[in-house]
Amino acid sequence: MIDNEVVTLSRLQFALTALYHFLFVPLTLGLSWMLAIMEAVYVMTGREIWKRMTQFWGVLFGINFAMGVATGVTMEFQFGTNWAYYSHYVGDVFGTPLAIEGLMAFFLEATLIGLFFFGWDRLSRVKHLLVTTFLALGTNLSALWILIANAWMQNPVGAEFNLDTMRMEVTSFATVAFNPVAQSKFVHTVSAGYVLGAMFVLSISAWYLLKGRNIEFAKRSMTVAASFGLASALSVVVLGDESGYTVSENQKMKLAAIEAMWDTEKPPAAFTAFGFPDVAERKTHFAIHIPWVMGIIGTRSLDGVLPGINQLVEEAAQRIENGRIAYAAMQRLRADRNDTQARADFDAHKKDLGYALLLRKVVADPAHATPADVQTAANSTIPNVPVLFWAFRIMVGCGFYFIALFGYSFWLASKRQLDRHRWYLKLALYSLPLPWVAIELGWIVAEYGRQPWAIEGVLPTALGVSSVSAGQVLFSLCGFVIFYTALAVVDGVLMAKYARRGPDGLGISPEVKPSLGAAS
Amino acid sequence: MIDYETLRLLWWLILGVLLIGFAIMDGFDFGVAALLRVLGHNDEERRVLLETVEPVWEGNQVWFILGGGAVFAAWPFVYAVAFSGLYVAMFLLLVAFILRPVGFSYRNKLNDPRWRNAWDWVLTVSGLVPMLIFGVAFGNLFLGLPFRLDAEMRMTYEGGFFGLLSPFAVLSGLVSIAMLLAHGASYAAFKADESLAERSGRVARIAALAYIVFYLLAGAWLAFGLPGYAIVSAVNGNAPSNPLLKQVAIQGHWFAGYAAHPAFWLAPLAALVGAVGSIVLISARKYFAGFLASSLVCAGTILSAGFALFPFLMPSSLDPNSSLTVFDASSSQTTLGIMLVVVIIFLPIVLAYTSWVYRVLRGRVTLEHIKHHLGY
Ligand code: HDD
Ligand code: HEM
Ligand code: HEM
Repeated sequence: MIDNEVVTLSRLQFALTALYHFLFVPLTLGLSWMLAIMEAVYVMTGREIWKRMTQFWGVLFGINFAMGVATGVTMEFQFGTNWAYYSHYVGDVFGTPLAIEGLMAFFLEATLIGLFFFGWDRLSRVKHLLVTTFLALGTNLSALWILIANAWMQNPVGAEFNLDTMRMEVTSFATVAFNPVAQSKFVHTVSAGYVLGAMFVLSISAWYLLKGRNIEFAKRSMTVAASFGLASALSVVVLGDESGYTVSENQKMKLAAIEAMWDTEKPPAAFTAFGFPDVAERKTHFAIHIPWVMGIIGTRSLDGVLPGINQLVEEAAQRIENGRIAYAAMQRLRADRNDTQARADFDAHKKDLGYALLLRKVVADPAHATPADVQTAANSTIPNVPVLFWAFRIMVGCGFYFIALFGYSFWLASKRQLDRHRWYLKLALYSLPLPWVAIELGWIVAEYGRQPWAIEGVLPTALGVSSVSAGQVLFSLCGFVIFYTALAVVDGVLMAKYARRGPDGLGISPEVKPSLGAAS
Repeated sequence: MIDYETLRLLWWLILGVLLIGFAIMDGFDFGVAALLRVLGHNDEERRVLLETVEPVWEGNQVWFILGGGAVFAAWPFVYAVAFSGLYVAMFLLLVAFILRPVGFSYRNKLNDPRWRNAWDWVLTVSGLVPMLIFGVAFGNLFLGLPFRLDAEMRMTYEGGFFGLLSPFAVLSGLVSIAMLLAHGASYAAFKADESLAERSGRVARIAALAYIVFYLLAGAWLAFGLPGYAIVSAVNGNAPSNPLLKQVAIQGHWFAGYAAHPAFWLAPLAALVGAVGSIVLISARKYFAGFLASSLVCAGTILSAGFALFPFLMPSSLDPNSSLTVFDASSSQTTLGIMLVVVIIFLPIVLAYTSWVYRVLRGRVTLEHIKHHLGY
């Protein structure tokens, strides 16, 4: 039997370490391109201020990058330490993008970051710009491959269960790599990172303007941030809609939960802008509906049907019954490889095998499950509706706010009036945390909304754990919390200190040449 | 299409290449970090030492990360069993890998002696811990690990952290520490300011001598003190990966493979020649050649262990039939094939730009140069 305490603790540990890793990742993704843009201007115009900008933002980039690397290493090995059965069950498919990520992306970014800092006086301008550009490319390629892996968990295409090895194996790698979910996820996630990078530069520069320091430096930085940010914010929102559409194709339960849509509605379904989902009664109180919108986002049509939670639970119950047939056939085949009837039963129902595994949390042996057990297992396919409902709405709200803020910044920048209104500068400064909020909530929607599945429809999360003791996981969890908290404090202090000193305080000027080396 | 058995053997070799790459590349920055306080007597000397590795350690560490990813993709059983079985050891390893990046990047950021001193200690420990854990883990492979697989391939592990610290495993931990300290010190000898070369060279020679002693001791112990493992049923290198379909006996000794393939002896020979060679070369102040010799030690040591274990990847002491071998713990033929293509395309590219970066950064890091830094 699966030890539920181990499952809960492992999930908590994964969620905390992943959410923590993703505090640093998006800043790396966004800032690296902005560095490349600033340096390109320097190379093209030859004006020193643009080099100083690259160097100054580069120092902050370096502080952040170290944390990204430190927390990423934990993630790379955590599948093995805490999700050993998961690693066995899907490693044949899932390991490949991770390995490619290392070979294609991590090597690139990690090898070049050293030259970014130490290469200013060793490389020609153009070569240094190339280093910066490939560094940015590397970070984005890493996002691509890890998101292909993650998208496969949401939409496991191109693989099949192999009875001999008791695991999922690749049938078509191209299908895994070109998973449509991966594409919409990649664009949405990296754009979110760009928004964060732009906001970071915008906010800190606004602070300099408020203090009357580094005026020329800050205005130019803000101009870059405003244009890059506006493009990215538009891309996040437009492609967020694409995410919604791909989710609706393969994760109907997640979509229904995001919408708190308890019953199938007559198409085109309405969008619930506000309300209080009530899990016990399966109702949403005080709901404010906007007619048609959901049906159009979710199905790109006026007559497509979006199923409700209650209907999806019934469907799950049916699939559990089918899965039990496959599960029983699997036991028979293990006893006798040549049992042709068992082989036929298995092949007919193997696509629902994962649903039978849901029963493993309810009864020791799925063969002995009662109808009540099946119902319990079917009900467990409903994720946490109120959390998804609210997390999604806050993320979307942030998205529209970012478009407005960057749009206004862009307008001010083009009229050269960035330092005109103090209220605007303050607004830009205090908006700094919002992209992080949206991004973390986005991941909660995507990952918590996938529960109870680790691999949608294939492997329940609870079955994926390692055979370790709850004490061991508690030990590592406490350890990570302690180390990560300490590092967060150190990182925050350094960031604030260096941002406060600013390019003037750090002596980053054309005269003091490559001294940034020591600051990598 | 290449047949399944050949693919598995190729992937066993690639695993070796990745481990050697990791030991040579990340090994020297572990060594420099671990010896920071020994080789550098004041802040400026330590900054010189750090700057010899600062621009490159990040790329070096990817050998470790890629090792993890490649084992996941090519040997998923090993990935699952090793990292969950050695849970606490893995956690300690990860802590070292979490602290190292931060230590390298943040140490010089504040000009306060207490801050820098604290990070120096962090770097020392986070250099030593991985050396020890990797050595101990390798030692335990020869003893077998207490795990078993059930019919659904779920692994259970019946042992704790302290069970790993048996005398033989500790000895192989010492082999690993001596090897990488020697390697790190010989890197410092050719890369740091001239004034540090003498000191670094001395430390490198002492460590290399210690390595020779520990390595020979471990070899003798392996030959006379430990039983080997052998597959006693027929081996089908093209069968699906299911570790439970074979029979394994604990019998003979770990040198059986060497008897069958005398060419294997080249590996331990390379390790010893490298160690003696590095001592001689460093005494003659041929520091860069000494570093190449200590790289040969890393390669020879890892290969000699891998050859002795072959075809085992992870023997099980609890249920020998559950042992993971080259022929039954891999991923599918399709995956191994795809990954092979990826490696053939990308590894040369990686090696090309990595050597370009080292060329750009060539030359000693001098005290003079450090004095002109702002120091943050
Ligand atoms: C969308 C992007 C993204 C996502 C979802 C993840 N990462 Fe990440 N990761 C990056 C984007 C990134 C990056 C931008 O490439 C980082 C962040 C900062 C950095 O230094 O590189 C990085 C660093 C990083 C490193 C250190 C690499 C190095 O030394 O350069 C490792 C080993 C991982 N990650 C592994 C993972 C794993 C196993 C994840 C899945 C759970 C994961 N990351 C999620
Ligand atoms: C860095 C961005 C990510 C964040 C913030 C994130 C967030 C989360 C959260 C909140 C959970 C907990 C869900 C729960 O257990 O209730 C989770 C679980 C998990 N996620 Fe992610 N995730 C991220 C990226 C990924 C990626 C890229 C992968 C795969 C490549 C992945 C694989 C998993 C796995 C295996 C679990 C554990 C099983 C589970 O609980 O579902 N995550 N993640
Ligand atoms: C109108 C605006 C937006 C819409 C319609 C939208 C839609 C979505 C949807 C449907 C998902 C879930 C995808 C899945 O479950 O696989 C998602 C995830 C996510 N969102 Fe948004 N989003 C919007 C704005 C934003 C903003 C402003 C940010 C941050 C700046 C953001 C960051 C994320 C992240 C990081 C994820 C997790 C990764 C992923 O699954 O793609 N989103 N978004």
